[in-house]
Amino acid sequence: MRTIHSDAIVSAVAEICQEAAFRLPADVRRALEEARGTEKSPLGLSILGQITENADLAERERVPMCQDTGVAVYFVELGNQVHIEGLGLAEALAEGTLQGYTEGYLRMSIVKDPLFERVNSKTNGPPVVHVELVPGDRLRITLAPKGGGSENMSAMAMLKPLVGKEGVADFVVETVRRAGGNACPPIIVGLGLGGNFERAPYLAKKALLRKLGSVHPDPRYAAFERELLEKVNATGVGPQGLGGRTTALAVHIEAAPCHIASLPVAVNLNCHAARHASVEL
Amino acid sequence: MKKITLPLSDQDARTLQAGDEVLLTGTLYTARDAAHKRICELLAAGSPLPFELEGATLYFVGPTPAQPGRPVGSAGPTTSTRMDAFSPTLIAHGLRGMIGKGDRSPAVVEAMKAHGCVYFAATGGAGALIARCIKSSELVAWEDLGTEAIRRMEVEDLPAVVAIDCEGKNLYHTGPAAWAQG
Repeated sequence: MRTIHSDAIVSAVAEICQEAAFRLPADVRRALEEARGTEKSPLGLSILGQITENADLAERERVPMCQDTGVAVYFVELGNQVHIEGLGLAEALAEGTLQGYTEGYLRMSIVKDPLFERVNSKTNGPPVVHVELVPGDRLRITLAPKGGGSENMSAMAMLKPLVGKEGVADFVVETVRRAGGNACPPIIVGLGLGGNFERAPYLAKKALLRKLGSVHPDPRYAAFERELLEKVNATGVGPQGLGGRTTALAVHIEAAPCHIASLPVAVNLNCHAARHASVEL
Repeated sequence: MKKITLPLSDQDARTLQAGDEVLLTGTLYTARDAAHKRICELLAAGSPLPFELEGATLYFVGPTPAQPGRPVGSAGPTTSTRMDAFSPTLIAHGLRGMIGKGDRSPAVVEAMKAHGCVYFAATGGAGALIARCIKSSELVAWEDLGTEAIRRMEVEDLPAVVAIDCEGKNLYHTGPAAWAQG
């Protein structure tokens, strides 16, 4: 067993909270730059120019690129040979979030109760934590802060298996069209297929973590991702929903086996400020 | 790029066309849904508002806390649909400009046409860029709302586009229709 003290987790998490808010990942930055080369709408181009300038400014001046610094969503890969000493993992992630959001002057955006006490928790917690047990003695933490605009326009459906690819494509395109400018396009579309009712949205969110420009390992899904991206961009929604060719930078799919009677489909939209940061302990 | 002064004159409001890119300079007030709700309650009770609504422009924003030495943190627009239930009332009471992101409800557009109000879209997610255009920020009311409190801001050359104009022309409809393929 390898022992990791929770203090190390807290300080590492505080650091990645700030890095994620200030620095747009290089793959997203590159995809936006490429979009500037292909966008034909003058207004769309002007907006893409603002977005890349904003990313540069945020990184240089260490200002959050977006005021919605989001729900802190953690994907944790916990080695089965790791023993955490001190605080528990959930507490350490919550404490790191509080420290990072406080030190970085990030916005606390969580209310204590969804219905009865919509009062700011002032900790940006509790965070959303997904833990996967993996072999080995490492602890890898990825933070993907998620803003409300694009999250609110995400959707889930239990489709009939016979609707097939066309049915899935219709649902994806309709979700993107309905989201319009609210999701802050150009977006990244995370598509979770299969699993079950709670698994599909998790897969959709996980799909958003894949590097832009990477190709799905299954050629059938790689082709479907390209087809969906073309369909999404043919809607004309464009940057900020005001018209153009660049509605999405990518469509990423995560698929999983599912029940014979089901075709769970979840579409998690991510705004162009597709923030994430990782640390390995 | 048209340079526009805030507060908007009635003439500017009626001359701006959907699709116009503008740089906004002058005074605006911030408000999100919680503040809108309170404004509407005061209007219903006939009570005075904490700021002059007649001719005002509201920016739908909840900034990050200001870092030391800066007037404001990151400050991009939030989604405007959450204000749709309240905006027609505010427009009927003199609100002349709104800045946010995303399409508005038919009821909001009807009120804009009836009273002469413009809806500007600022670039969602460009919070650092927009913050640079905000020269000062001062709390006006409802500190308990935190980031959602009403603030008076002086802005200079804040980039935006006229998304819906006084005649009801709507770039969220015409823009995608013009660029749709197949």
